[in-house]
Amino acid sequence: MKALCASLALTLATPLAAEEIWVTNEKDDTISVIDVATLEVTRTIPTGERPRGITFSKDYSRVYICASDSDTVQVMDPETGQILHDLPSGEDPEQFVLHPNDRHLYIANEDDAVTTVVDTETRTVIAQINVGIEPEGMAVSPDGKIAITTSETTNMAHWIDTETRELFANTLVDSRPRHAEFVHGGKELWVSSEIGGTITIFDVATQAEKAKIAFEVKGVHPDRVQPVGFELTEDEKTAFVALGPSNHVAVVNAETYDVEDYILVGRRVWHMTFNSDKSRLFTTNGVSGDVTVIDVAKRKAIKSIKVGRFPWGAALRP
Amino acid sequence: MPKRLIKAALFLCVGLLAGAARADLFLTITFLHQEVPLPPVLSNLDPIPDTLGEDGARLGLGDNRTTGAFLGHNYALQTASVPPGGDLIAAAKSALTASPYLVLNAPAADVLRITDLPEAASALIFNVAAPDTRLRDADCRTNLFHTLPSEAMRADALMQALQRKRFVRLALITGPHAPDKAFAHALRRSAVKFGLKIVGEKEWDFDADMRRNASQEVPLFTQDFKDHDVLLVADEIHDFGRYIAYNTWLPRPVAGSEGLVPVAWSRVVEQWGAAQLQSRFKELTGRDMRPRDYAAWAAVRALGEAVTRTESNDPTRLRAFILSDQFELAGFKGRPQSFRPWNGQMRQPIPLVTDRAVVIQAPVEGFLHQRTELDTLGLDEPESRCEAFQ
Repeated sequence: MKALCASLALTLATPLAAEEIWVTNEKDDTISVIDVATLEVTRTIPTGERPRGITFSKDYSRVYICASDSDTVQVMDPETGQILHDLPSGEDPEQFVLHPNDRHLYIANEDDAVTTVVDTETRTVIAQINVGIEPEGMAVSPDGKIAITTSETTNMAHWIDTETRELFANTLVDSRPRHAEFVHGGKELWVSSEIGGTITIFDVATQAEKAKIAFEVKGVHPDRVQPVGFELTEDEKTAFVALGPSNHVAVVNAETYDVEDYILVGRRVWHMTFNSDKSRLFTTNGVSGDVTVIDVAKRKAIKSIKVGRFPWGAALRP
Repeated sequence: MPKRLIKAALFLCVGLLAGAARADLFLTITFLHQEVPLPPVLSNLDPIPDTLGEDGARLGLGDNRTTGAFLGHNYALQTASVPPGGDLIAAAKSALTASPYLVLNAPAADVLRITDLPEAASALIFNVAAPDTRLRDADCRTNLFHTLPSEAMRADALMQALQRKRFVRLALITGPHAPDKAFAHALRRSAVKFGLKIVGEKEWDFDADMRRNASQEVPLFTQDFKDHDVLLVADEIHDFGRYIAYNTWLPRPVAGSEGLVPVAWSRVVEQWGAAQLQSRFKELTGRDMRPRDYAAWAAVRALGEAVTRTESNDPTRLRAFILSDQFELAGFKGRPQSFRPWNGQMRQPIPLVTDRAVVIQAPVEGFLHQRTELDTLGLDEPESRCEAFQ
């Protein structure tokens, strides 16, 4: 309660909310809010159990949080930090993606081998699609026609037609796929494989594999180089890839697929997000319990910000 | 449970839809159990489940089937259990006639009786119960793989952890049973390998009921050990070991079969996505997953992974793939797990656990290897006398 009052007071004190990064702390059941200007944590907001995936509605009036162990997606008012309501999400929601229609959430139910589609307006489940075991990575194409679920133990990207809500393709990738993104206007799909140590790139039109990116960090055994989350710069020429327990972020040329650089960050780097002009990148480092701030142009880590225990997801609130 | 019904219906659709460009494949695996009479133990607190191992194979089957549904690959698991003194060989022959894929829950001697059958010549047999290092050494077989870590791997994991803590002076209590002695042998060998010293050894020879008088007997029993940092207990049948901790003459931590224990798996492993495997196992069986369950799961999944990647159910192709550097199994222990091409042992991290937590996981940081740090655990290529894989 005290924390809630404090956070309310802070919110009121800063009416024109500065740009913020919201970080879910998987083992603290909280969100740490980082002020992009000062690079300080300005408030800590309680959530349901084991918060992981986090995303904002298009107008940023709502924030959706996967409270995995509470088996729900929470809808929070980012101004007050209050939970407005819960969405039916299926069991153990881990990660989700908001359809470009700003209405349908595609949720990976990790314990249930299911992708759940929830209508955030009617607050009902409108479809459940069987996918492989331990679904995790979620993506939706920019035109909204294709949704992707990757399954960690089945080692596939499952391609969902968002109109029929049925699978139309299943493509194998290397072990433990974790994250998926549509790239280059939706022409390519990138899928990271944590244990396989690669990113597989698919041609979306044919669902055929067109390239694979491998990583090699000097002084780190290849087994520990485990790609998880990744994001691309505004021009989509450069990708930043979190490499898990190697404690590095790789900088990849998104046109040639060459790895150009490695940046040392905190321990077990997991997901990441940019600020709005994409000049700063914020990575969640699970084991060290902090967020590394990267200067995108200089490709250098400039600060570590202590957050809660096991930070997992990150989202920008401009 | 309407949701379950919906899921079942959807599942059928998925199976049909995904079949666009697939080759239908079918793979049957037999889980063969030789029941073994166990010697009595002092405490009955922890009964051994009848379906130990088999439950892991069932979970692996489910995992394989889910993946297979998208590829047109299907799997079946047959189980056979032979009572003590029963005709294991007949059961093995019958299983091998049906399918060359065998997951074997049996002691080392029985494992070799089966691998050496003419019917097993082109089979792929997975040992999930016999930790005997000799099966990875001179007694290896070309058709025999091991998903359970050897005694040597477990001992090496423990010695790395102790060496890292600089707990280098060790005392050792060994039980009277063959598995106790074999584990003690592995501990001695590993102590030499990693530069630790066993300063004293005693054999457990009580026949008292320790629940009543451990507090009187154990201090005296451990009084004449030279000073040591850690007391090792080799009690693989879990007879007396649980009564040692806190009853020792000197206040020393206990490790080995009790206390800090190197294991293939334990309910306390939760990192690297392991929590998901644990909860799936618990949902299936209502109990916690144990090392033999894990080994059986890994065996069935290894076969599934090989079928998925090769699109084949031919044992020769699967064997070649499993032994190749293309093979990797995500075994929920943080590193890709593969098979040693010189003796068929699955490389894997070994968690060192107490009842409540993972203390550390081997390979411990700092123990290096030119190939993979996982090969610091157990028999490395130059020291294994296995010739069947050459």
